[in-house]
Amino acid sequence: MAESVRVNVTVNGESRSSEVEPRLLLVHYLRDTLGLTGTHIGCDTSNCGACTVLMDGESVKSCTVLAVQADGAKVQTIEGMAPAGNGALHPIQEAFWEHHGLQCGYCTPGMIMAAADLLKRNPNPTEEEVRHGLEGNLCRCTGYHNIVKAVMAAAESMRSGEGVPA
Amino acid sequence: MIPANFDYAAPESLDEAISTLSQGGDDAKLLAGGHSLLPLMKLRLAAPSLLVSLGKVPGLSGIERSNGGFSIGAMTRHAEIADAEELGVTAHAASLIADQQVRNRGTIGGSIAHGDSAGDLPTVFLAAEGTVTAQGPNGERQIQATEMFKSFLTTAVGPDEVVTSVYMPALDGYGWGYEKFVRRSEDWAMVGVCALVKSNGGTCEDVRVALTHMGATPLRASATEEALRGQSLSPESIAQAAEQAAEGTNPPGDVNATPDYKKHLARVLTKRALMAATGG
Ligand SMILES: Cc1cc2nc3c(=O)[nH]c(=O)nc-3n(C[C@H](O)[C@H](O)[C@H](O)COP(=O)(O)OP(=O)(O)OC[C@H]3O[C@@H](n4cnc5c(N)ncnc54)[C@H](O)[C@@H]3O)c2cc1C
Ligand code: FES
Ligand code: FES
Repeated sequence: MAESVRVNVTVNGESRSSEVEPRLLLVHYLRDTLGLTGTHIGCDTSNCGACTVLMDGESVKSCTVLAVQADGAKVQTIEGMAPAGNGALHPIQEAFWEHHGLQCGYCTPGMIMAAADLLKRNPNPTEEEVRHGLEGNLCRCTGYHNIVKAVMAAAESMRSGEGVPA
Repeated sequence: MIPANFDYAAPESLDEAISTLSQGGDDAKLLAGGHSLLPLMKLRLAAPSLLVSLGKVPGLSGIERSNGGFSIGAMTRHAEIADAEELGVTAHAASLIADQQVRNRGTIGGSIAHGDSAGDLPTVFLAAEGTVTAQGPNGERQIQATEMFKSFLTTAVGPDEVVTSVYMPALDGYGWGYEKFVRRSEDWAMVGVCALVKSNGGTCEDVRVALTHMGATPLRASATEEALRGQSLSPESIAQAAEQAAEGTNPPGDVNATPDYKKHLARVLTKRALMAATGG
């Protein structure tokens, strides 16, 4: 049995501290230890991006990060995107809703977190740049078209300051 | 998919990392970005007994101009390299690795120490004739690119050594091209080609061509290099030299491509990379 290790992580603004097995993946820590099941698991090969979260502001596949590697980091999941309290959505969530950027919704949390990183790097992307920026996220339903539209719309509303930036 | 059990250490200095690693025995492994190692561990193709994380070791990250080139800290992420345009072909190849999430985690030190023949940065490192600095219990040493890649996923980095930085010559006066062929943009290269050309009044003064995923290790296409060196550079001489790009290679077939198809790709991509490197 491996020795367990203490991790201190700030998740969606809240400090968390747990004893974990070194082999625990960040995605399982979020889902099973913290109960944040908005982050999904869609593959065994680090390909699908359903598990994407932000770690210190950068998108990562949480199925390919150990919980112990997140020690000292700030993690943001889909649950932490909407501003607390008033029932409003984050502009990227709003845009996915408006533009029908999902069908079954399985890929959506990962898409939204990847889009957040993309729009931070490039607030005014072309359609092609959006497609490239989301190449680490697979969707089996939409054919991507409305996802791209949603991200373009989110970019516009975030630039014009109508929405609440992350 | 969950890795087998292992112990974990996150040392806060390089000396401590080296001693923890060398005391950890044969099955101890360094963990950098984890984007080659963790997928192998999840599939239980690797089961180290101890992981020594470099995540908290200071001073291993960043890009510095030094000695006519660039010294890149081993823990520098692909994403940072991709954004550093002054790195030329290294930055371009880094930008083609997988996807943003993978580039946010994967490191140049891990990529070269791992030595995956399908990896993009090992090929560029081989073509650019870079140097790795590695530190172990007996001190520091340099490893030349030509000495680095031994066999399938086996490099000259010792089991108790930590790669601390990767030196890439600036290659002033060289044109470059890196061509990567994939079915989907997040994939590993089916075949990739890095070309570096120094031309002097239309004559090829120096040329380096290296191949991704054409064998057990990244390879130099020496026949192409020899055919072009000293010749006048034209679309015809480039096309002719590129015909020899697959000479002496024995690429493994896989679900994406047969060996013959890979050889074909090597020739076509070498031509394109050489054209890009000569401004064509
Ligand atoms: C879905 C996916 C797609 C990918 N596609 C590509 C691609 O298209 N092109 C590409 O080039 N790569 C690709 N990669 C691999 C990625 O670039 C890896 O990050 C990289 O190959 C290894 O770097 P790392 O920092 O993650 O190393 P790790 O996985 O942490 O380590 C890899 C090996 O190197 C050793 N090691 C690590 N750092 C050091 C060091 N400083 N000194 C000594 N030994 C060290 C480790 O012990 C381990 O054995 C992909 C990965 C994934 C998950
Ligand atoms: S679960 Fe598919 S990439 Fe993480
Ligand atoms: S909406 Fe179903 S997988 Fe994307």
